[in-house]
Amino acid sequence: MSVAPTIGRRSHGRVSQLLFKAFLLFSLLVGFVTLGVLLVDVLKDGLPALSWSLFTDPPSSDPEIAGARPAIIATILMMLLLIVMAIPVGVATALYLEEYANKERWYNRFLEVNIQNLAAVPSIVYGILGLAFLVRGLGLGRVLRAGAMSRTLLVLPTIIIASREAIRAVPSSIRDGGLALGATKWQVIWRQILPAAIPGIATGSILGVSRAIGETAPLLLIGAVTYISFDPTILGPFTALPIQIYQWVRLPQAEFRELAAAAIIVLLVLLLTLNAFAIWIRNRYQKRW
Amino acid sequence: MRWGEVLVKGLLALCALVSVATTLGIVVALLVPAVEFFQAVPIRDYLTGTEWAPLFEPAHFGVVPLVVGTLSVTLWACLVAMPFGLGAAIYLSEYARPRTRSVLKPSLEVLAGIPTVVFGYFALTWVTPFLRDIGLDAEIFNALSAGLVIGVMLIPTVASLSEDAMSAVPQALRDGAYGLGSNKLQVSLRVVVPAAVSGIIASFVLAISRAVGETMIVLLAAGQQPVIDWNPLHAVETMTAFIAATGQGDVPTGSIEYKTIFAVGLTLFVATFLMNIVSIRLVRRYREVYE
Repeated sequence: MSVAPTIGRRSHGRVSQLLFKAFLLFSLLVGFVTLGVLLVDVLKDGLPALSWSLFTDPPSSDPEIAGARPAIIATILMMLLLIVMAIPVGVATALYLEEYANKERWYNRFLEVNIQNLAAVPSIVYGILGLAFLVRGLGLGRVLRAGAMSRTLLVLPTIIIASREAIRAVPSSIRDGGLALGATKWQVIWRQILPAAIPGIATGSILGVSRAIGETAPLLLIGAVTYISFDPTILGPFTALPIQIYQWVRLPQAEFRELAAAAIIVLLVLLLTLNAFAIWIRNRYQKRW
Repeated sequence: MRWGEVLVKGLLALCALVSVATTLGIVVALLVPAVEFFQAVPIRDYLTGTEWAPLFEPAHFGVVPLVVGTLSVTLWACLVAMPFGLGAAIYLSEYARPRTRSVLKPSLEVLAGIPTVVFGYFALTWVTPFLRDIGLDAEIFNALSAGLVIGVMLIPTVASLSEDAMSAVPQALRDGAYGLGSNKLQVSLRVVVPAAVSGIIASFVLAISRAVGETMIVLLAAGQQPVIDWNPLHAVETMTAFIAATGQGDVPTGSIEYKTIFAVGLTLFVATFLMNIVSIRLVRRYREVYE
């Protein structure tokens, strides 16, 4: 190897080793310190504004009585829709790719690269897709359903990739054992592989859904930026927690900034709960083979 | 083969087709209005024009200011994400004990799970005032604070992908270098990093692509000033911020303003698509070498 000759020459390196290690630790710290400052900043601004009226009242031009009830309800509805729409399709795709697809075929390789690419497409592009096809093309209008559909497409790649890893981790001895006992391929998948892979699938899916809940950009284009004072339904106009935050941050009055910070606390608590649940499932049910 | 089995395979394949349909949908959704846009505005004027004022009379459709705004923010994001992401990856892969790593890695991932609108709030209400406190003459909206925050947000992306690549480097290479008397620094920088270079570059390319496509942080913190200005303390407008700001209003379908959303969207999509493909290729290369 070409590096060999230079190695002996520079063996002084105690100081440089130390500096290097310090840089590496600093690199890690940058992330953690930022996270800490961010959380303190949000808590400091938001805690005083956090009150029950945030959950029970609609938004208002008067910061004293403004709440985020419609946004919170819409976010929960959206989460349920996402779970119902995105997880089955995602898991089915993962099963197809892992258990059925012949990797030698060009279309299966294309499918794989396509999913990897979709995972990195900017989220706002999904908003454009939603705007063109769902809102205007299909004429759904600027409704919650359209928002949920474009977010479904947005998280599908994440769920597919996580589910594939979970399915791949099931040892092939289980597969072979089932098949040897005369089970059909689908029986093996349904009764052996899926139950074994469910902890991994659930964890990946919940993480995907929680990321989608916080995603704002596509919803801007689908038209969640409206003033809504009533409880939203699936078929009606809607808003969402991140959108409500965005609207409040943009207002000049300091009181609205504080409301935004309070809404951020609600959003982060929701996401943290989802994430903790995902980690709990993983630790509780994950098997090591 | 049984009928049920064939049916199941067909159904699963159908679900897999949803993702193909998504790509197709994106391409069609962008291409059709963009083609109409380029019938009204020559593609040359669009790509080389230095004035962006689609909503004014007379309208100008030169995309260069938006591209410069995007690149300016991306540059600062990369200056944070690349060195620190790589540093974190080297620490996790070469220095941390397995136990420490199993705690540090998921904790770092928490950063990636924070919604971007929250980062945007942070950039606007904490980072920009902080920049002013340390004596920088920053405007309320500026490219620097957006770029720095995007950079921190992308550290886990770079760290996680690079660490995967470094972990895939065979232990024998490290042992060989230690056997020749190298220390940890030398093994990390001259053996592991070069051996994992395609994975590291892949993570860098992905980070650029993410920074270019990031919307909420720039929308909240970088402003809406489509000017050619590389000064990071000034407001700029990125491609994504333009799309988001224009798309949230009620622009009449079919109007030229409506179509600009798609023209800029197509530009953004093509740019990030090319970077994603490069990144996917590079990852596949290191996997082929070591796995």
